[in-house]
Amino acid sequence: MAEHRSPPPSPRPEGGGDHGSLSSQAETVQSRGGPSTELILDANGLHSFYGASHILHGVDFTVKKGETIGLMGRNGMGKTTLIKSMLGLVRPRQGSVRVRGVDMTHAAPHAIARRGIAYVPEGRGIFPNLSVRENLIMAARAGVDGRREWDYERVLHTFPRLGERLANGGAQLSGGEQQMLTIGRALMTNPDLLILDEATEGLAPLIAKEIWSIIKTIRASGIATLIVDKNYGAVMALADRSVVLVKGRVVFAGESAELSGNQELMHRFLGV
Amino acid sequence: MDLAFILIQLLNGLQYGLLLFLVSSGLTLVFGIMGIINLAHGSFYMVGAYLAWSLASMTGNLATAIAIAIPLTVVLGMALEKLLFRQLYTRDHLYQVLLTYGLILVFEELRSIIWGDDVHGVAVPALLNASIPLTENLSYPVYRLAISGVCLLLALALYLLIQKTRLGMMIRAGASNRDMVQSLGIDIKLIYTLVFAMGVALAAFAGMINAPLSSVTPNMGSHVLIICFVVVVIGGIGSVKGAMAASLMIGLAETFGQVLVPDFAGMIVYVLMAVVLVWRPEGLFGRK
Ligand SMILES: Nc1ncnc2c1ncn2[C@@H]1O[C@H](COP(=O)(O)OP(=O)(O)OP(=O)(O)O)[C@@H](O)[C@H]1O
Ligand SMILES: [Mg+2]
Repeated sequence: MAEHRSPPPSPRPEGGGDHGSLSSQAETVQSRGGPSTELILDANGLHSFYGASHILHGVDFTVKKGETIGLMGRNGMGKTTLIKSMLGLVRPRQGSVRVRGVDMTHAAPHAIARRGIAYVPEGRGIFPNLSVRENLIMAARAGVDGRREWDYERVLHTFPRLGERLANGGAQLSGGEQQMLTIGRALMTNPDLLILDEATEGLAPLIAKEIWSIIKTIRASGIATLIVDKNYGAVMALADRSVVLVKGRVVFAGESAELSGNQELMHRFLGV
Repeated sequence: MDLAFILIQLLNGLQYGLLLFLVSSGLTLVFGIMGIINLAHGSFYMVGAYLAWSLASMTGNLATAIAIAIPLTVVLGMALEKLLFRQLYTRDHLYQVLLTYGLILVFEELRSIIWGDDVHGVAVPALLNASIPLTENLSYPVYRLAISGVCLLLALALYLLIQKTRLGMMIRAGASNRDMVQSLGIDIKLIYTLVFAMGVALAAFAGMINAPLSSVTPNMGSHVLIICFVVVVIGGIGSVKGAMAASLMIGLAETFGQVLVPDFAGMIVYVLMAVVLVWRPEGLFGRK
């Protein structure tokens, strides 16, 4: 099953400061039905290891501008490892990672993030020794093209609960609040792509629902999202494309509807 | 023992404690944030003192000497972090102890080659060379008050930097989750370089301003190093607040110990450490 790949992107000059990019941004937001073909993330043939254990076996993965991708697979299939390999947190032994057309395979994680990628990790990764307010403002940054759509006020407006807990230490928050803080903190960097690894894991159903509706809002604002979640139904309902990993290999990459409508594939790859 | 005498001991104890804080704050930050045990930290104090002495004898003015020496120590700190300490972050404490012990030997040898093995003194700057009379025969030197004031200002600046600025938030965040800090687009290596250089400069600065109060001698770094490790352990590893509390405690304990129980003065610091550790094994402000 080959991945539906778009032709390679025409390498756009990366000035960041040109005002033309602002208008192309607006176009992307409007054409939600068909995301732009420009690739934010383009990983090719990734092989990653932990010590001697070979986790990723030649994974190809792309995210286009404004697109929502669901990344699925049972426990331990390599989803988190794939994300970390693309973010510079795990070094792939083979393969390449391009971010907005530039090779970042060996780049530092902060340099990759600065090209417009924000990460909400599994287990949340808030800074427990910083207050809620500090967790947010330490991350504040303009986007790649100088956009500042997301700032402290807007994040608090999106997550009113956080506004009530500003002086609290990160560790004093409930699980749902911690998750909101991590998402809010990621938005403070004005990303073009938001990666959410198990954002609703361990949350009460009502809180999980709140997180899903926030993810929808973020998606509708034109930010591309890469969603990993055990709630496959919710992922596929939201995602333009879905990718399924089995033992570090891509076994499905295509329209979400193609997967959700196919009982046999769902059972074989995801066990449901 | 009268009031004026107690006041003098109190001021001396505070002044010594504040000076200890300058040295130990860098040690505890580097320990708490980068996880590095730096045995060579005392050498930075020595380098500061020798720089102050040699530059003061060249320029004839301690203030000028300090103004020239501070940028030199910042550069030294940045170079050491980039060339050596960076290799240690992911390594076991054993490597850290070995490398930084080796550095002490290198610094002592370099000191011997550049400045020789003699003991030197630095004159108190003329402007501050005065005393405030307390009684007919007791007075307190202005220079000591001045360096206490400078230390307090630096401590305040450090507090504001770490607690109130975004850089400070990044530094604290780096102590808790290094990968996450990087994933937010923050260059953690640059932050480490800055923190390390700041620690070196603070220790060296303490050596510079203390040079007129004690002699500039070979191996002067080792005593300071040991006391500073006691400070870091009592205060709680990584806690700047704890370093301040512990520095003042030790400063006062050692000063009063020397006049009240001179026979046991050398032990007091360690007894204090033992008592604190029995009571709070993580130190006064340590986590866990
Ligand atoms: N730090 C590590 N060291 C060694 N092995 C690891 C490490 N992290 C993950 N693994 C192993 O790598 C494999 C893939 O793990 P990964 O976390 O990428 O899976 P996942 O698809 O994200 O799973 P989950 O759904 O449980 O989050 C698993 O077998 C796991 O045990
Ligand atoms: Mg995972």
